[in-house]
Formats: sequence, structure tokens, C-alpha cells
Amino acid sequence: MIGIEHYLVVSSILFVMGVLGIFLNRKNVIIILMAIELILLAVNINLVAFSVFLGDLTGQIFAMFVLTVAAGEAAIGLAILVIYFRGRGTIAVDDVNRMKG
Amino acid sequence: MIQLVSFYIFASIVIASAAMVIFARNPVHSVLWLIVAFFNAAGLMVLIGAEFIAMLLVIVYVGAVAVLFLFVVMMLDIDFAELRAGFIKNVPLGLLLAIVLVAELVLGIGAYQAGAVKLGTPEAGAASVSATVPNIEAIGALLYSKYVFLFETAGLILLVAMVGAIVLTHRRSHGTRGQNISSQVQRRPEDATRNVNQPSGQGIEL
Repeated sequence: MIGIEHYLVVSSILFVMGVLGIFLNRKNVIIILMAIELILLAVNINLVAFSVFLGDLTGQIFAMFVLTVAAGEAAIGLAILVIYFRGRGTIAVDDVNRMKG
Repeated sequence: MIQLVSFYIFASIVIASAAMVIFARNPVHSVLWLIVAFFNAAGLMVLIGAEFIAMLLVIVYVGAVAVLFLFVVMMLDIDFAELRAGFIKNVPLGLLLAIVLVAELVLGIGAYQAGAVKLGTPEAGAASVSATVPNIEAIGALLYSKYVFLFETAGLILLVAMVGAIVLTHRRSHGTRGQNISSQVQRRPEDATRNVNQPSGQGIEL
């Protein structure tokens, strides 16, 4: 019988995969955005697993909101990526210094 | 038994395709592996009876977000080989961080399993899962009653994201003549036409 621990292990591995993806592909912002999606997927699995195994539906509602924010974030991120590419001709983000941050 | 087998199938495919997302050489392949990962995560959620979130994952992620990624990756002319230059250099730090994170998470899950963490129980009748009401129906009832303002806020967030994406990427093209609707509407007959009492035998002045 599968328990909550199975799901926690899967989601933690997925979370670490996302963090590792950000670190490995530090230049390629598209892969970084996909890694962020993986992290949010791990969060969603966690929320749903706790929601189901504790018998409270609220977790699934909040998973839906996480999904909403993830969709908006992907849209805005890719839009910023497109205008960045138009201006610079590359998407290497490790030397972004236009805003002197 | 079948539950356990399908759990391990889904879980292993999710993790393997997540690894392919971050290790694939071609970002198009990364997007495709991301789609595989989302499908199998949806399978994981169906397995424990969260059908609504599973369908949402398939529709929103595979149908919208992954296709958006695919469009962007394919439309921009990017030299991906150059972007992978620092890949090997970043491996030690990334692996170190990953190991630290895994250790922390294992510690957390171990503490939870050992019973050191006492999870609260949901309030009676707050939003409890019922065996007779289907998952989607129960979520709908909760979403449109208790969380209706949050639900509308989610819609607002999506609207703002849409407006933001359009404002950021829209290019006003020069050289094309658009329709100026306000000046069209404001145009009156007196401005556009004139009455002339033209004497006969002379030319007409335009």
C-alpha cells in the first residue's frame, strides 16, 4: 500500500532535480524556467499528497492556485525572454548587467 | 498490488524525465521531456484520487505552458551549444547543493516517519474528503463557496499576466497605416463637405 512517504520522496527528488537544473544550466534561461516548473510541480505533488492523506480538500484548492501562478509566471518570463532576445540577440543570462543590479 | 506497481512506474518515469529535462542537449527535447513528466505526475495524482488537479495539470501544463515553451524555443534563433559552455564547470557546486538538499529532505521525511512531527488534523467538517462525493464535485463546491474570492483573484492574476505579456512583446509596426477610430467617429458632415454656390461659366475650384 502506498503511503504519504512515497509521494514525499518523489516530490523531494523532483524538487532537487529542479534546483540542480538551475545550477547546471546557469546560462540558458529557458532551461531555468523549465526547472522552476519542475520545482512547482514538486510543490503541487506535496500539496496534493498531504491533502489526500490528511483528508482535507484545501490542499488541492491551493495546488490549483499554485498552478495559476506558475502559468502566469511562465507567460511573463517567456515574454521577458523574447524582448531580451530581440535586444541582445542571445539569451545568455549569466552576464545580464543592464540594470546594474 | 496494482496500485504499488503503477505508483513505481509513474514515479520512476517522472524522475527520469525530470532528469532528462535538465540534462538534454537540445531545449526542444527538454520541453518534450517536461510534457512526459507532467503527464506522469498527473498519473500520480489520479492514483490517489485527485482527479481535478490531474486534469488541470494535463490541460494547463501540457496544453498551454509546454506549448508556449515549445513556441518560444523554436521561434528564437539561439545558439544552444554556446549556452552549454559552462555546464561542466557548474557540476560540482550543483551536485554539492543537490546532495545537501536531499540530505535535508531525507532528514525531514525521516523525522516525519519517526513520528517526531505531529501533523494537525483537519477541523471537523471543514473541507473533509467524502467517500460518496466525487473529487471534482467536492472541489467545485468548495471553490465556489469558501474560496470564491481567491478564485476570482486567480482570474485577475491570469488577466494581469496576459496583459503584461502582450504589452511586453507587442511591436507596433511602423509604415503601416492603421485605422484611427476616434477621428473617424468624430468626423462631422460640416468638416468634410462644403456648399458652394458656383457661378456658371467659370471653372470649378477644388
